[in-house]
Amino acid sequence: MEWSFAPVIANLDILLLGLLNTLKVTGLALSLGVPLGLALALMRLSQVRPVSMVSAFIIEFFRTTPPLVQLFWFFFAFPILFNINMTPYLAAVVTFSIQSSAFFAEIFRSGIQSIDHGQWEGSKAIGMSRNQSLRRVILPQAVKRMIPAFMERSIELLKTTTLVSTIAYTDLMYQANSIAQSTFRPLEVYTVVALIYFVLIFAFSQLSIIIEHRLAKSGEGTVN
Amino acid sequence: MSELVRVENLHKSFGPLEVLKGIDLEVNTGETMVLLGSSGSGKSTLLRCINFMEIPTSGRVFLNGEAIGTEARGKVTYKEGDLCKLRTRIGMVFQHFNLFPHMTVLQNVMEGQLTVLGRDKAEAQEKSMIQLTRVGLANKAAEYPSRLSGGQKQRVAIARALAMDPDVMLFDEVTSALDPELVGEVLKTMRQLAEEGMTMICVTHELGFAYHVANRVLFLNEGTIHEEGEPQALLRNPQTKRMKEFLEGHALFKLPE
Amino acid sequence: MDHNWDFATIFTNWRVYWVGLQGTLLMFGVTVTLGMFGGLIIGILRYMKHPAAAWPARAFVEVFRNTPVLVQIIWFYYAFPILTGIETSPFLAAALGISLNTMAFSAEIYRAGIQSIDKGQWEAGKAIGMNFAQTMRRIILPVALKRVLPALTNRGIEVFKMSTLASVVAYIETLSQAKLIAELNYNPIESYTAVALIFFVVLYPVVQGTYALERVLNRSDR
Repeated sequence: MEWSFAPVIANLDILLLGLLNTLKVTGLALSLGVPLGLALALMRLSQVRPVSMVSAFIIEFFRTTPPLVQLFWFFFAFPILFNINMTPYLAAVVTFSIQSSAFFAEIFRSGIQSIDHGQWEGSKAIGMSRNQSLRRVILPQAVKRMIPAFMERSIELLKTTTLVSTIAYTDLMYQANSIAQSTFRPLEVYTVVALIYFVLIFAFSQLSIIIEHRLAKSGEGTVN
Repeated sequence: MSELVRVENLHKSFGPLEVLKGIDLEVNTGETMVLLGSSGSGKSTLLRCINFMEIPTSGRVFLNGEAIGTEARGKVTYKEGDLCKLRTRIGMVFQHFNLFPHMTVLQNVMEGQLTVLGRDKAEAQEKSMIQLTRVGLANKAAEYPSRLSGGQKQRVAIARALAMDPDVMLFDEVTSALDPELVGEVLKTMRQLAEEGMTMICVTHELGFAYHVANRVLFLNEGTIHEEGEPQALLRNPQTKRMKEFLEGHALFKLPE
Repeated sequence: MDHNWDFATIFTNWRVYWVGLQGTLLMFGVTVTLGMFGGLIIGILRYMKHPAAAWPARAFVEVFRNTPVLVQIIWFYYAFPILTGIETSPFLAAALGISLNTMAFSAEIYRAGIQSIDKGQWEAGKAIGMNFAQTMRRIILPVALKRVLPALTNRGIEVFKMSTLASVVAYIETLSQAKLIAELNYNPIESYTAVALIFFVVLYPVVQGTYALERVLNRSDR
């Protein structure tokens, strides 16, 4: 058995395209998932019982069901149910925006709840509404604490998006499958792709550790 | 009186910092020795070298005339297995008790006997209750450490060490972490042990204990022994400037008239 | 939404889903057991910082935590046989990938737990003559494991969800069976909704259980 990386090198441009698509889906899912997560968290913390319960259900449902099941549902079931044309890209973005938002919602919620009650009292005492307190006093303090958990969840999301290859979206994993089949060199192809993922994810992990250390130095506690 | 513990030319460095700069001492069977000194003087390090919680950088330790470790070409090496066996013959009580939180008081005292000495459960339990009675805590046998006061925890720690039937007991500032009202009960237990003939080496700031209970007192400063002798003589008439300063710092202790 | 919901075919095909669920449970049982026990060993090795074991353990943990589990499964299915000459069935490939992945994550959980134990506990064990193994077994692990139980149960839930990825290499489990029914009966909505509900119904009590567990442990933490 001899290793031959030549076929992999020859298809590097295809892999690069896949990598870009992976980053695209992840990035988009993140930018939609975070604000959606905040909305869900605020709903969860609402004093209005039905609102809180609906949000709780959505959060629990999307955290408890496997992401691949969610992806299949949005790709195969959703289009028929709502008569919408779902491309793999669209299904991927919708699924992972909502899936990640459920996790982000919990991070927001524990971050907000970790802020000392006295802060609510102080802002209330100067006449702020609940919304104003949240926006001007609570969230700014909470956000700093949530950053490590956010980064961890984002890195998880990057790994989870490999699932989109199963509905034929041309991310890095899909390209790997495609090239492995066409070059009959699965060992080299998959090893190289694993390496690309490793370098990417390891780099982000190390970056988040550095950021965590900087935050720790400035004296802020963190939520998990 | 025969010599039980002997330390020869003991040196201990932590990296570039030399904490013990050549210590020689002997403790005889049945003796109570107190090590005094300010922080950084090396007294805790010296104590911890005796049961090899710290490994000396150079020098020898002898227990009952037997040298610990093997010397070859000027270097002394120690086998972990031998050190484990050695530690069953030396009992240590810590400043912060270090009781096992997931075990009851009785289980704490039995643990070493069962796991290390291999005694059977009935024997271990019997011996444990004897030691717990000795320190006055037999009625707390089924309690968890978190429910005890600091003084009680420390007495359990003493019972745990005694249950191993050691030849010598080491006490490392065992009252320093206690509320003042609880110090007395622990010192009382230690005095009782001394009177029963246990060989003890204590690092402490309790000068009253040193004066009334110790047979000999050592004053350490910056890694060497500055003064050595009987407590009455040493504490009334310190010879060195450093010891005089040390005693002045402990002005709460008034010499009995 | 003017769809005619028809769950009848789902119910008549319940045996198909049951076969799938068995596959899921088998994959879960195997991977969570291997993963948690293997992880304990690696976690202890990582803690010991022993020169011979530390570097390989670190490398293992970093590789399996920083690559997607799907990549790992597919690698074991297609690449591993070429490298070693050993044929990997869908079950074996998925089980290897998920187990090793779980080992890596569990190892870090265990390591953090062990490190959180006060150094004084090690001293106390040492002082009564215990060696490393005795201290670890009798003093450190009982307390450390209790502390990391919530993190471990969360990891267990993740492992259960990961079993669906085995369908990608044609292992027969709940999701692959749902896909089968969906394709045969042209009812993806009902089929995939049913499987989502199955997972939710199975895992939700477990998730609630872990919240309760966390509350109990927080209260009794001494």
